Amino acid sequence: MAYKNFILVCGGTGCESCRSEEIYKNLMMEAEIQGLKEEVQVVRTGCFGFCEKGPIVKVLPQESFYVEVKPEDAREIIAEQVVKGREVKRLLYDKGDGAAAAAAAAAAEGKADLRSYQKQYRIVLRNCGVIDPENIDEYIAREGYEALEKALFEMKSADVIAELKASGLRGRGGAGFPTGMKWEFTRAAPGTVKYVICNADEGDPGAYMDRATIEGDPHSVIEAMAICGYTVGATKGYVYIRAEYPLAIERLRIAIRQAEEYGLLGKDILGSGVDFDLEIRLGAGAFVCGEETALMRSLEGNRGMPVPKPPFPATSGLWKKPTVINNVETFANVPMVILRGSKWFTSIGTEKSPGTKVFALTGKINNSGLVEVPMGTTLREIIFDIGGGIRNNRKFKGVQTGGPSGGIIVEKDLDAPISYESLTALGSMMGSGGMIVMDEDDCVVDVSKFYMEFCVDESCGKCAPCRIGTNQMHSILDRMTKGSGEPSDLAKLEKIGQAMTKASLCMLGGSAANPTLSTIRHFREEYEEHIRDHKCRAGSCKTLLRFSIIPEKCIGCGLCAKRCPVQCIAGEKKVAHVIDQAKCIKCGECQKSCKFGAVVKS
Amino acid sequence: MVKAKINSQEVEVAEGTTILEAAEKFHVKIPKLCHNDDLEPWAACGICVVKNGKSPKLLRACCTPLEEGMNIITTDAELVQTRKTVIELILSTHPDDCLACPRNQECELQRLAAEFGIRDQPFPKRLRNLPVDDSTGAIVLNPEKCIRCGRCVKVCQEMQDVWAIEFLGRGEKTRIAPAGDVKLGEGPCIRCGQCAAHCPVGAIYENDQTTEVWEALMKTGEGERTCVVQIAPAVRVALGEAFGLKPGTNVTKKIYAALRRLGFDMVFDTNFAADLTIMEEGTEFVRRFTAAGVGAPLPLITTCCPAWVDYLEKYWPDMIPNFSTAKSPQQMMGAMIKTYWAAQAKVDPAKIFSVAIMPCTAKKFENSRNETMYSSGHKDVDITLTTRELARMIKQAGIDLVNLPDENADSPMGPYTGAGVIFGATGGVMEAALRTAYTLVTGEELKEVAFTSVRSMTGIKEAQINMKGTIIRVAVAHQMGNIETVLRQVVEARAAGKETPWHFIEVMACRGGCIGGGGQPYGCTDEVRKLRIRGIYDEDDVSTYRCSHHNPYIKKIYTEFLEKPGSHKAHGLLHTHYVARPIYMK
Repeated sequence: MAYKNFILVCGGTGCESCRSEEIYKNLMMEAEIQGLKEEVQVVRTGCFGFCEKGPIVKVLPQESFYVEVKPEDAREIIAEQVVKGREVKRLLYDKGDGAAAAAAAAAAEGKADLRSYQKQYRIVLRNCGVIDPENIDEYIAREGYEALEKALFEMKSADVIAELKASGLRGRGGAGFPTGMKWEFTRAAPGTVKYVICNADEGDPGAYMDRATIEGDPHSVIEAMAICGYTVGATKGYVYIRAEYPLAIERLRIAIRQAEEYGLLGKDILGSGVDFDLEIRLGAGAFVCGEETALMRSLEGNRGMPVPKPPFPATSGLWKKPTVINNVETFANVPMVILRGSKWFTSIGTEKSPGTKVFALTGKINNSGLVEVPMGTTLREIIFDIGGGIRNNRKFKGVQTGGPSGGIIVEKDLDAPISYESLTALGSMMGSGGMIVMDEDDCVVDVSKFYMEFCVDESCGKCAPCRIGTNQMHSILDRMTKGSGEPSDLAKLEKIGQAMTKASLCMLGGSAANPTLSTIRHFREEYEEHIRDHKCRAGSCKTLLRFSIIPEKCIGCGLCAKRCPVQCIAGEKKVAHVIDQAKCIKCGECQKSCKFGAVVKS
Repeated sequence: MVKAKINSQEVEVAEGTTILEAAEKFHVKIPKLCHNDDLEPWAACGICVVKNGKSPKLLRACCTPLEEGMNIITTDAELVQTRKTVIELILSTHPDDCLACPRNQECELQRLAAEFGIRDQPFPKRLRNLPVDDSTGAIVLNPEKCIRCGRCVKVCQEMQDVWAIEFLGRGEKTRIAPAGDVKLGEGPCIRCGQCAAHCPVGAIYENDQTTEVWEALMKTGEGERTCVVQIAPAVRVALGEAFGLKPGTNVTKKIYAALRRLGFDMVFDTNFAADLTIMEEGTEFVRRFTAAGVGAPLPLITTCCPAWVDYLEKYWPDMIPNFSTAKSPQQMMGAMIKTYWAAQAKVDPAKIFSVAIMPCTAKKFENSRNETMYSSGHKDVDITLTTRELARMIKQAGIDLVNLPDENADSPMGPYTGAGVIFGATGGVMEAALRTAYTLVTGEELKEVAFTSVRSMTGIKEAQINMKGTIIRVAVAHQMGNIETVLRQVVEARAAGKETPWHFIEVMACRGGCIGGGGQPYGCTDEVRKLRIRGIYDEDDVSTYRCSHHNPYIKKIYTEFLEKPGSHKAHGLLHTHYVARPIYMK
């Protein structure tokens, strides 16, 4: 069986929501109709990472990278490319400035020279957009489960730990604790019953690295967990994943079943005598359950609330048994570390933060999507090279890393190479890898309010500083955006923020004030303008906006009055109109409708 | 052992000691709010934060073990500021009605606010107008006052294993309520009141009935009512704490004096009724023990504790046949006052207002729990007040308790034995019963009456008593969460067709027994419990009579009125029955 062409269709959640499933079916149907079933294989893969321009379809061997494909394009792709060998030009990503597409396309192939040229380097996402995640054979064909085999038959558990420690792999969930040490502590902890947990409770707004990894390459996580089970002496593992990820859950289920059928999970794995079972547990979508102690309480069937550490999970975790808990991205690194070795891994990234990091790039950026870059890459490279810069050529204002727990990083710090330490030093954090880019139209007060609102909703309510502090800060930020801030408000924000940071039990409360405190640090004058002048320079706080008509420019056509939903614009025909400020709801329709630029926003 | 520094002072403590415990051991005070010595640290409030050397991360002293080489700083300007801000935040969600609060002057939050010199409240109030739940009649839940420290939930679930309350809602909407948001009185609550005893603020408290008692006392003055009062064993060693005395100080005779000054006509002592309970329950035990071969249910389980009765009826209804049918001392006394004493004193029982002073909130429920609580033809006990409520009444009346002259209780139901007084401590009922059972079984008197193996604060105590060749195996459990282990063994033995592991089991819902009851003065720790228990046994040690059956007034009451223990008349007045109750009414 020799196929002439392979067509890869992205089956990630983003592309699926844009009908990629239909594209997949249509391609199969067209191949059949046009009698090419033997010549082309259509594969539904995981995320390519180039979500901005989805749905993505990639045709091999030409490496034609099609973007924004529609189901009706299927016929043309088959007819032109498979039959005639011609690319469908109109669907190709514009290669003029298509670094990102090329990067995504080539990185998916794991090409060696990408580090300097394409900026991306895929370890975690190595199979995403390449293989059919619902077919274990495709994973196996790409060195899948070789690391497990190597660990089971060529390495003692101490060797696995030594390799991991030498690799310097650190937890990708936020704090960056060395993974090898975590496993070592758990292995050394007394007791015969131990557990392995994969934290797939990804909850940061705008972050979907873990979802994409599981959707695109579920076996990489399964393999790593089995290796972990063998290493620490656990025979049971749980993947705690949020119920809002149905596609990831489904693919994980399929993958677990296939791995069991192949004897890669369950009793006596590959005849090694090692047992390891894996179960999926669904989280109800509470952000705090991403905090490991809360996650374990939730897994036990209790209310998801953090508990004091120590004891750490390595000694007393799930059901008080020694437990390894790592996040999806950390696990996905493990098979490659075992297979290629620590020397290879440490050759990527920085000395203290080896390897790569996946970021979900969103916000006011041209190419939003998933990127995996070596540690040490600068934010500027990610945003301006890979991300293609700011939309509509607006001015860059800042980038929020670490989601609601992180801080804003501004222009002057963009050249800092990314590592756990550098981001913390800049007043933000690595977090799980959300990266939200803001431009001059984003108001820092409004953005802080947004994150604080998220924390208000997600605070578990256990710990007083977080439970009350988030609400008090939110109410202050809210009144600032509505023009009723008070002169003492900035000091209050800082006072509560510092108390919350210092006195909260878990990192949700401990970092909830970060977005506010860091924006105050960098954009204090904007806060002061909101309070003192009732002015939002970004023009995003609606209450503070004022639309007015410049009489000299207004010709009195009446179009704005007609469009105004609250009838607050009045004036005689051919005479300059006036907006009644008391009635205006600041919707901006008048400005949009005026053909003479007579309506201005201030 | 670990060596570290606290405020530059070298300290050495056992491994696993928390920073807070270590600091307190070395007389360093760290402000705290949610922590309670009875409970595992929950770390909710964020007030006990301390520094370790130059590390920017603050540690919570309550839950962080002191580690070798730590350099703990418990106070500096930054820590004070942080703690103060947290207190201000908590106050922003707490009503400002201290003057009308049941915890006024006994509130841990109020005390902290005072210590931190809170003068203005910088943050706007965020109150929620949550409704008060007074459905149990015994304890009242006011969620508006709740600071979500979690003590009540932990006490109810972990210490008591009752699970009547839970955290509902998230974030700011978090509140304490029964699961499923039913009313407290419609759920598993057994009214033990441990939540109220552990609440640092006025969010859970006893149903204060002092006003009703004052009204009755008013009528006494006018001759319309005869007010009779009884005080429970555990009250006498705890009430003094509300007046500045050391825990365990026995103020029995001052309480009698105070009660008379409050206007009560007759002052009786529940200890007398405890002796009566022993006569009935001891007889019941011996009868069951000797008839065990013919199917009398063993073990016999004590029923003096109404919270425990409620718990068994809800959670272990299959064990109801093992329950002693003897009423608790409160209810026996209630029945005797309105029958025996009323006839003797020629008082119309309808005009008697009978008040019981108890260490317990569940007793407020017990006095009307079924129709046998009306055995005199009237409500046998009209009102039950807790020790805390009595303290309040004495303060209202301006009585200087400490300097009152000693007075005695009234006859015929005042004098009691050492066996009666030890009812207040865990193991006491068992010990008192054994003292009398020995005589009932052997026909001889004990030379040494102390059964020390059933004393102590151990959660489950076991003993074998050799009564001249007859071996009696007993178990004593206190603190509701400990009882399941005991009952499970009984059930398993029964299912396996084996002999019961014990013949006689005493259960008290509260840690330490009644001296640690939910209605006792605040601030009950194991240290306090031990002192109160000491106070009880000290009185037993010096009592003239130490066995219930030696109490001359007990002999008299049987001769004159009740005939003999377990008689038909005694059954009508002094015994009750039990019924399986649903855990949730809806």
